[in-house]
Amino acid sequence: MAAPFDLNDDTVVVVIGTGAGGGVLANELAQKGVSVVALEAGGRYLPEDYVNDEWESFGQLAWVDPRTTSGDWRVSKDFSGLPAWIVKAVGGTTTHWAGASLRFQPHEWKAATTYGAVQGASLLDWPIDAEEMDPWYAKAEDKLGVTRTNGRPGLPGNNNYLVFEKGARALGYTDVHTGRMAINAEDFDERAPCQQTGFCFQGCKWGAKWSAAYTDIPRGEATGNLEVRERSHVARIEHDPDGMVTGVEYFDKDGNLQMQKARIVCVAGNSFESPRMLLNSASALFPDGLANSSGQVGRNYMRHMTGSVYAVFDKPVRMWRGTTMAGIIQDESRHDPSRGFVGGYEMETLALGIPFMAAFLDPGAWGREFTSALDQYENMAGMWLVGEDMPQETNRVTLNHDVTDQWGLPVANVHFSDHPNDIAMRNHAYKQGAAVYEAVGATRTFPTPPYPSTHNLGTNRMSENPRDGVVNKWGQTHDIANLFISDGSQFTTGAAENPTLTIVALAIRQADHIAREMSAGNL
Amino acid sequence: MNKADGPRGLSRRQLLVRASAVGASFVIGSGFIAARDAAWAAEVTTLKPETFATLVQMARDIYPHDRIADEFYVIAVQGYDNADLAEEVEAGIAALDAAAQGKGHDGYLGAGWERDRVDILRNMEESAFFQKVRGGLVTGLYNQKAVWPVFGYEGESYSKGGYVDRGFNDINWL
Repeated sequence: MAAPFDLNDDTVVVVIGTGAGGGVLANELAQKGVSVVALEAGGRYLPEDYVNDEWESFGQLAWVDPRTTSGDWRVSKDFSGLPAWIVKAVGGTTTHWAGASLRFQPHEWKAATTYGAVQGASLLDWPIDAEEMDPWYAKAEDKLGVTRTNGRPGLPGNNNYLVFEKGARALGYTDVHTGRMAINAEDFDERAPCQQTGFCFQGCKWGAKWSAAYTDIPRGEATGNLEVRERSHVARIEHDPDGMVTGVEYFDKDGNLQMQKARIVCVAGNSFESPRMLLNSASALFPDGLANSSGQVGRNYMRHMTGSVYAVFDKPVRMWRGTTMAGIIQDESRHDPSRGFVGGYEMETLALGIPFMAAFLDPGAWGREFTSALDQYENMAGMWLVGEDMPQETNRVTLNHDVTDQWGLPVANVHFSDHPNDIAMRNHAYKQGAAVYEAVGATRTFPTPPYPSTHNLGTNRMSENPRDGVVNKWGQTHDIANLFISDGSQFTTGAAENPTLTIVALAIRQADHIAREMSAGNL
Repeated sequence: MNKADGPRGLSRRQLLVRASAVGASFVIGSGFIAARDAAWAAEVTTLKPETFATLVQMARDIYPHDRIADEFYVIAVQGYDNADLAEEVEAGIAALDAAAQGKGHDGYLGAGWERDRVDILRNMEESAFFQKVRGGLVTGLYNQKAVWPVFGYEGESYSKGGYVDRGFNDINWL
C-alpha cells in the first residue's frame, strides 16, 4: 500500500520524530520498501522559510512547550522553563545544528572499562564498539557529505577561526583544523557550497548544511513508502495484553485525538520527549511506563560538559561572519587523567549575534562589567567547549504531574547537577580556552556558562544487560520486541564529540536491522 | 527566553522621536515627557510621566551603553505604559524613589552619579520588579535592529550573498 496510510493499517512502522534519528530512520526504511508513518510534532520549514534573525528564528523553530527543571545547574535558574535549545519542526534539530560530524574515539565506546570506577557515576560500556560502527559511520559521512572525510575537502576558515587557530598553534596544539562538518565545501548531493552567511543555527538558507528537512524526508516521501504527518503530537503508545505495542495515540494538527495502528514503533523525540512518552504510556501491565522494568527510563540524562570562552581583542574580529562553528582543536579530547578528570573535550569556534550574546554571555548579569563587554562585540572571538560528562542515575527526566502542556499531558521535569568530573573538566577547558586567546593578545576573556542544552543524551540508554538500561545493541527495548528507541536517548555514554553523526550512523544501522528482521518474520 | 517575554514589537507610532542624542528626561506636560534637549519625546498614556522617566533612567543604568541614545531605552520600556502593568510599575518605581530618598537623594532621578543609582539597584536586584525590567530589556533593547550598528553587528546577510565575497576571512592584524 502506498502513502498516505490508513489509521487502521497495522502493517506500518510508526516513527515518532523526524530529526537526525527519526528522519534518517524513516527515509532508510522507506528506501528499503518498508511502509512508514512519521509523526512530527512540529511544522514544515524549508530554506526559503528560515530567517537570518536570532529571536525571530527561535520563535519559528524552537521547542518552547512547557518543561520544568531542577538540580544545581545554572540553566535551571536562568532559563528554568527552557532546559534545551532544540527544534520542533520536520527535520528536528538538524535544522539548528552546527554541522560538526565527529566519530567517537574507540575508547569512548568502553568508558567504564577505560576510565574505571568513578564515584557517583553510572558509567557503562556500550554493547557495540568502534569496529562494529566503522562501516555505519562511513555511510553516515557519505550521506551528510562530511568535509575532510572520504576525500572531501575542508571548509575555509573565517575570521573567528583564524584567531582561534593562531592561538592554538602558539600554545602548541597540533590537531587544529576547520572541522569535519556536514556543510558543503563544494557542490555535493544537489546542494550548494557554504556561502559563509553565518546563521547556521537558524537553518541554512542555502541548504549547504545537511538537514533531514530537505534531504532524507523528501527522498523518503518520494518513494511512496513514507507519510509524514506534521503537527502531530504523540500522547501515548498503546500495547496489547501480551505486552507488544500496537499503535500510537496522537493529537493531530486540528487537535483531534487519533490512533495510528502499527507493526513496530520507533521513538525519536529527543532525550526529554522520548522518555516522557514511555512514562506517559504507563498502563496496568506496565505501571512504571513502557520498557521500564529496569527503572532506567529517564535516568542517566547527559548534556555534555559545555561552556564557552569569549575574548576581546584590541582590533576587530567580526566573528559572526561565516560558518558559526568554523573550526576545532582536538588535542584535549584524549583520555588523560593527569589533567584531573576522566574523558576529554573538544574546543570548537562559535559565534552568537548581538541579541543572543546579550542573553547568553552571562545570563542575569547587568551593569558596566556586562555592557562594556558587549560594547566590544566587534572585537570578540568565541569558542564552545564540549566534553564527555558523567552519567548519573539521579540526573533524570521524570513526569511533572503538577504542570501540563497544551494537550493536558504531564510535562517533563529535567533534573541535572554537575558531577565533580564535569566541573574539573570545565575549569580546565575554561583555562585552556582563555590561554588560546591570550596567546594572540586578548585583553579580556569571559568563561561563559552552559547554554540550554542542545546535546541531550542517555535517558533510554543502551546496555548489554537488561538490568542496566532500556535498549539492546540495536536500539530495541529489552522489554518490548517491537518498540525501538532511535535517537540520542539510547546513548550509553556521551563521549566528547557532538552526537549527530553517531545518531545518524545508529539510525542507518537500525533501519538495516529492522528491515532484515521484518523480512525474516521476527518482527 | 521565550520571545513572548518582555515588551517587544512596540509600535513606533506611540513614540515621537525627533533626533538622536542623549540627555536626561523631564516632564513637559500632562502625559508627555521629553528629553531636556528635545532629542526624543514620548506620549505616556497610563503611567505617571515621572514614573516613565524614572523607568527609562533605570533601564539605562541596568544596561548602560554610552553610545546608545535614550530613544532606544524608551522603546525598550514603552510596553510598561500599559493598564495591566501600571500598578506594578508605579509600585516598583515608588520603591526605587523611596530607596533613593533613604540615601539622601531627591528621588532616583535626583541621584546624579550612576554609582549612586547602581547602589540602589543592587539592593533591589532580587526583586520581581527589577528582574522583570532587566529580563525584558534583554530582548527589548538588544533586539532592536536600529541599535545593532552601534555594536558593529551586521545582522541578516543572506540577501547580500553571505560573506563569502564580503570579508569572512579579512582579518589583517594576526
